[in-house]
Amino acid sequence: MKKILLASAALALTAGLAMADGHGKTIRMGTEGAYPPYNFINDAGEVDGFERELGDELCKRAELTCEWVKNDWDSIIPNLVSGNYDTIMAGMSITDERDEVIDFTQNYYPPTASAYVAAAEGVDLSGGIVAAQTSTIQAGHVAESGATLVEFATPEETVAAVRNGEADAVFADKDYLVPIVEESAGELMFVGDDVPLGGGIGLGLRESDADLKEKFDTAITAMKEDGSLNTMLKKWFGEETKTY
Amino acid sequence: MFSFCADPSTLERLPWLACYLTTGVHMAFYGSFVKVLLLLAVTAPMALGFGFAGAMAARASFFVVRWIGKTYIALVRGVPDIAFFLFFVIALDQAIEFVRHKALCRDWDMPIRQGNDFVVCQAAKMPLGNSPQWVHESYGFSLAVVTFAIVFGAFAANVLFGAMRAVPRAQLETAEAYGMSRRQIFWRVLVPQMWVYALPGLSNLWMVLIKATPLLFLLGVEDIVYWARELGGTKTSRFTDYPHGDWRMWYFFVLLVFYLCFTRVSEIALDRLMKRLTRGQATTGGEAQRKAM
Repeated sequence: MKKILLASAALALTAGLAMADGHGKTIRMGTEGAYPPYNFINDAGEVDGFERELGDELCKRAELTCEWVKNDWDSIIPNLVSGNYDTIMAGMSITDERDEVIDFTQNYYPPTASAYVAAAEGVDLSGGIVAAQTSTIQAGHVAESGATLVEFATPEETVAAVRNGEADAVFADKDYLVPIVEESAGELMFVGDDVPLGGGIGLGLRESDADLKEKFDTAITAMKEDGSLNTMLKKWFGEETKTY
Repeated sequence: MFSFCADPSTLERLPWLACYLTTGVHMAFYGSFVKVLLLLAVTAPMALGFGFAGAMAARASFFVVRWIGKTYIALVRGVPDIAFFLFFVIALDQAIEFVRHKALCRDWDMPIRQGNDFVVCQAAKMPLGNSPQWVHESYGFSLAVVTFAIVFGAFAANVLFGAMRAVPRAQLETAEAYGMSRRQIFWRVLVPQMWVYALPGLSNLWMVLIKATPLLFLLGVEDIVYWARELGGTKTSRFTDYPHGDWRMWYFFVLLVFYLCFTRVSEIALDRLMKRLTRGQATTGGEAQRKAM
């Protein structure tokens, strides 16, 4: 009896191993789900947006099985390096600070313009109070600009801070702000000049995952060459957006 | 959900609201209420178990066990909850994967720590990388339960430790005089009588536990606070069929009502329990009950 038990246990164990290797690895794609049009949760409760569509296409081209995972922005890098998911596609700009901790593919979105939005013209952008999301390049830029920085955990809260007067202006990716300004019925407006920041948006990976990076890089290059990435950019960010 | 929801932009207020409140995201929101209740239902008895074990250890006569019990109580009570939740869960997860890695992948030659990265072989991943999303979510949920149980167990241990000491010495001496063994005295005299002393402290803990559930979001479990924040945020018409302004106030108001109702119901239940436990006890409460009979 004991032998049968042992044998079946061993069988179950090896079967488990075979499953783990045979089916190939499922690539878990981490995202924030709170940054339209890059990534957001649609009415059906699924991850949607430019990065969802692009990520699915990249996985198809690289012949990977992918699955989307939501994670809080604050802990999105720690959870990547500790292996809870394998990539970050969350509108994350390529910066030197981040590059020290994780690796990036080439950018799939050209260097972004960031912009200020305020509730009135003529706010003091270099001495007033400016809201930005925690640990973003925008937050870093505001801190250096001399303005008083107030940080929030989600992009939504940074805009809310301007609406309720807590901050004079919000500084964020322009693409995120455009639909909000358009639908605010004149309540919010762009102020000051656009600021180009960062090295574009790339897909974040663990530094030890060189193979995966290679696969995604190849797929991104292919999509840049055949123009399908440009089509996707235009679809999500409008005709005037920067393309490759 | 309903057939008339095909084009929400044409709807009147009431049907619009009906459609809006039955979208997929809202279903997830309602589901998260169940999730929170389930967490409480599982965590409370587990924390009580941890607390009981901790209290028993802290008053053990063998010094090593006593030392372990006291350290557990002092250590966990001293560390701030948020630090504990952020650090402990990642550490626990990595410890489990480390052990599985050592057991399952003996021929692995790469280091587990590569710079910042924590890399174990595929088979050691917990849960396996190719498991469906619900397995990952249940795993995260279990980690949350264990963490909650350890934290609240330490507080419960301290309460129970005090309650065990509050049982009148005379009761125990009488039991000794009857010739009961130490074990018999503990289970038959001390434990049944201590609950009445422990309940005020434990009910406090229960109330704190109810309100601590938003910490779940730190652990990646999408609880009611996460969804309220997500759903209440401004939605523009480009990304949803149901655009609206900043409605977070209303969503958080719903949470407020939920938490208040829940604590009220708990208070009533705990009151009844207190009455039941006081019956026949050698306390002023028990005495008052006897006289009122």
